[in-house]
Amino acid sequence: MSTSREWVGRRLGTVPGGGEDGDGAFQVVGKAMPRVDAVSKVTGATVYADDLSFPGTLHCVLLRSPLPHARIRCIDVQEAAGLPDVVAVLTGAAMPTRFGVSPSSEEEQALAADKVRYVGEPVAAVAARDEATAREACKMIQVDYELLEPVTSIDQALEVPMDEPIHAASKDGNVHRLASLEFGDVDEGFAASDHVREDVFFYEGSNHLAMEEHSATAIFSDGQLTVWSSTQSPHSVHRALSSVLGLPMRRVRVVATPHGGGFGGKVDPCSHEIVVAKLAMITGRPVKCTLTREEVFYNHRGRHPVLMWVRTGVTQDGRIRAMHFRTALDGGAHASLGAATTYYTGALQPATYDLPAYRFEGCRVFTNKAPCGPKRGHGTPQPRFALELHLDKLAEDLGMDPVELRRRNYVRPNSRTVNGLRITSCAIEKVTDEVLAASGFSRRERRDGHGQGFAVSAYLCGAGTPMYLNRMPHSEVSLKVDRGGVTVFCGATDIGQGSDTVLATLVAEELGLERGDVRLVTGDTGLTPVDLGSYSSRVTFMAGNAAIEAARKMRATLVAAAAEHSGSRPAEMTVAGGKIGPLSFEQAVAAAEERYGTLGSVGSYAPPPSISASKYRGSAVGPSPAFSYSAAVVDLDADRVSGEVRVNKVWIAHDIGRALNPVLVRGQVEGGVYMGLGEALMEAQAYRNGLLHHPSVLEYKTPLSSDMPEIEQLLVEQPDPEGPYGAKEVGQGPLLPVVPAVVSAIHDALGVWVDEVPVTPEKILRALDAHAKGSDPRTGPRSFPEIPYPPCEKVALPDAASATL
Amino acid sequence: MLRLPRFSYLRPASVAEAVAMLADHGDRSSVIAGGTDLLPKMKRRQVQPTVLVGIAHLEALSHRETTASGAVEIGASRTLTSVLKDAELAHHQPGYAQAAGLVSSPALRNTGTVGGNLCVDTRCNYYDMSEEWRTASGSCLKTGGELCRLAPSSPRCWAISSSDTAPIAVALGATAVVAGPEGEREVPVASLYRDDGNAHLALGRGEILTRLRLPAPDGWRSSYVKLRRRSSMDFPLAGAAVALKIDRGVVEGCRLVLGAVASQPVELSDLVHGLVGQPLDEEAIEEVASGASRLAKPLDNADLSYVWRKRMVKEIVARAFRQAATSEVAAVP
Repeated sequence: MSTSREWVGRRLGTVPGGGEDGDGAFQVVGKAMPRVDAVSKVTGATVYADDLSFPGTLHCVLLRSPLPHARIRCIDVQEAAGLPDVVAVLTGAAMPTRFGVSPSSEEEQALAADKVRYVGEPVAAVAARDEATAREACKMIQVDYELLEPVTSIDQALEVPMDEPIHAASKDGNVHRLASLEFGDVDEGFAASDHVREDVFFYEGSNHLAMEEHSATAIFSDGQLTVWSSTQSPHSVHRALSSVLGLPMRRVRVVATPHGGGFGGKVDPCSHEIVVAKLAMITGRPVKCTLTREEVFYNHRGRHPVLMWVRTGVTQDGRIRAMHFRTALDGGAHASLGAATTYYTGALQPATYDLPAYRFEGCRVFTNKAPCGPKRGHGTPQPRFALELHLDKLAEDLGMDPVELRRRNYVRPNSRTVNGLRITSCAIEKVTDEVLAASGFSRRERRDGHGQGFAVSAYLCGAGTPMYLNRMPHSEVSLKVDRGGVTVFCGATDIGQGSDTVLATLVAEELGLERGDVRLVTGDTGLTPVDLGSYSSRVTFMAGNAAIEAARKMRATLVAAAAEHSGSRPAEMTVAGGKIGPLSFEQAVAAAEERYGTLGSVGSYAPPPSISASKYRGSAVGPSPAFSYSAAVVDLDADRVSGEVRVNKVWIAHDIGRALNPVLVRGQVEGGVYMGLGEALMEAQAYRNGLLHHPSVLEYKTPLSSDMPEIEQLLVEQPDPEGPYGAKEVGQGPLLPVVPAVVSAIHDALGVWVDEVPVTPEKILRALDAHAKGSDPRTGPRSFPEIPYPPCEKVALPDAASATL
Repeated sequence: MLRLPRFSYLRPASVAEAVAMLADHGDRSSVIAGGTDLLPKMKRRQVQPTVLVGIAHLEALSHRETTASGAVEIGASRTLTSVLKDAELAHHQPGYAQAAGLVSSPALRNTGTVGGNLCVDTRCNYYDMSEEWRTASGSCLKTGGELCRLAPSSPRCWAISSSDTAPIAVALGATAVVAGPEGEREVPVASLYRDDGNAHLALGRGEILTRLRLPAPDGWRSSYVKLRRRSSMDFPLAGAAVALKIDRGVVEGCRLVLGAVASQPVELSDLVHGLVGQPLDEEAIEEVASGASRLAKPLDNADLSYVWRKRMVKEIVARAFRQAATSEVAAVP
């Protein structure tokens, strides 16, 4: 474990070479510049996973289940195997070892062997000389199924199964995970409240809809396996391949190819990645598999549909005394990261609002649908939606301005939350101020059919705990410098968010070079030291700090050698503009090679232990080295007659700490707003009779470029004491406030509540019709089911010493 | 990605040769112009012609002329984009130009054709799915199965007419020129369609739609309003086409045609009959619009709910009437 002394040493608030906020102090940090790979991306030169082609490659097609729930009696592959040009046919029997992205839930098989649990689950695979033959052969595989009653809703999953549970180990029907936690005395808090309110909300599931479909190619030669894949976490794939295929990790190399988008959909190790590897081992030839768009919808791991119930007690002056939050997640057929997702639906409420007492009960059920998993915001957009609208309603009850109610409960910088999270830098007040000032929310024009909505949110800068328990660094960097140049080796995977650009920027800044001078080798488990993957907005913070550490060591070496060579004192040497003191960078490197031999340096990052003050079941979810805050105002027109909504403009302020490159930051913010609008108004991974309703990008509606409103971004730069040059996350946070702000604006425009997303025109009209008939002017779930939550684990409040940071 | 099945592509030198090729290959063949409807359907194995007869290159199908009276004739393989760029056409037939501009997206209009959109296959969200999905669901009447997945007790297919230009062409009283083994025939566009989702075109073996004839404006105004979820790309959830002749505030003639609420464009002649001889005020528009909504019977096989689509028919019909009433009347050249 790291000692606290090291942590002091790693605080990067004081940056050599300039004042913290002096814009001119940095050479590349903070400058708006294109991505380092922009030209290859826009000219089509980038080689994506599906562009890879090795001589003699076999093409793999997966046979998928046409049934939502069935036992597999037997699989006859004889006819398929006999088809000319078919080289191998594989079934689950060949890979019995179960795997999963989370070690607590390793229940998936690369190919289902005993039963199928959703339409689209892979049951067999064919490798053939060409894709058409492989597809043809798949049709010849005979699978004898024994039908089982499918479970397709949360309510149904809580009942006693008609035939059998989806997973034999499930308790209470098809319950996957239950969480039950209490921080502080909630009953006392409610008793001391002047007003208590309850609401129920529903948030529909959605797919990531990354432009690039998943693709993987494997080669097995000389006893070593190499897999190229469009994955967000080569490290997770590495571990799963090793485990399922029975190969030591040292015999397996996973290369993350340039990405056409992940958003969480490529965090889990996937069936096709393991299958191509197994087929490569069997056939001795390269094997490739690229999923179709429809298969991506089946592979899913997308946003969980979540039903939520929230009860909050407030004093007359708007101070929250207690909150009780219940969630029920429709997990689909497999665990994925669902245990963590369940806890995430409860973890960050106290990271936004100062809750003196908080009870969280969560439940995830299995259903016979494509498995849900992590999607941008991972388990937090749903409770954010519920919480923000719930606060709007509370404010209405109290006759208080909704912004003022929130402000009275905002968390403070350098504090400890009731569930033990450490809050350090926190610009929640500032993002609120900025977005209000820019949008004119408080002085907005009030007329029927036009509205504005406001919401705030918090998000992590990286999960503080690794997906599997260990005390090793979360991110590691090694740096090679010699007369041939500078190369950064890091396991971090650029999924389009620009992590390669961030690494190049930080190393260039430290070594006084331009970004283009820095060569990058990333996301390759055979060549790069470990990084856990591109999820939880962790890469800039963690890999960034690791890169800075490695670069600073290298700089010290170069400075020492250059000083010795030129007879000056190291303290007098400036490192900038391709020069180290009086020497050119190349001369300094030569001097260092002469003096020290081979040059190399390493850096690593693990979050400090102080980020979490409490230990309880689920306490691994929530702690983070820093939190970012976002605030949004959405302006829209909503048509009383048709129920149609037109979003006119979105103002969004984001607490970025420091924008290492404003171009990248703005791209992430814009993407987050886009995705938030999609989830608010259109996107739905919906089912009919156990079948996906919209398994194509024409039918699965997501906003088009012509549907996008103007976005005004306000980047708030208050450097974080531990972030690289003060930077915080931006990949996920800005999505969060958009969804509730849309629904709040619809209420502002029409006076009705739509307590479930996506908001469709029909839902608005139903609420308006209800209003016209004198009933509750709202559309949304009516009740929350009875769930067998266990008794709450009462967690002691963080002690006074850790509460003041 | 979904791949195309193998097929032969034939490139006839004339319309007559194209007709002969189609007649020769029968059900195994399909005519192709832009391919924006056909090729995705082939990828999903909804249709599996083994012979495609290309007509996009035939000059006889890409001409465009205006007669002395102001009638416009458009070759079937002209692109929808070329219609949009045609200022004279937009002036004479604003409703048709409007409809052409609302088809899908700019990229697809660059390829999709006038004839292709008139003939576009009917759609249903039990049908417009991949082969694997349909295997899981079970085949339907339109894919050789025994029953309609939407209405299992129904003897017929309820796939939806999804053309944006068909309703307005019918409203304008346009005619279609069809070439076939027996030579050319000219029919009202309305009679190109049949009320059967599984066989929506009344074209015989070997017949090709070659030209669309829009009559001279002759004082008629027109408008088309499309209901869809997004601002581009989407097929209609309902469409309202209105052709209107008004003289000094009084309706002299009126035609209203709904799209995407049945397997063919639905002309509501009885409903609008009462408008003739009356002033077109808001009250009259409201009444007709409500009547249209009452008569429209969308089913649960497209995006969003059929209840909302039915309700919205009233809105789009009213919008189409207001638009048509205020549009300019083209002067006879």
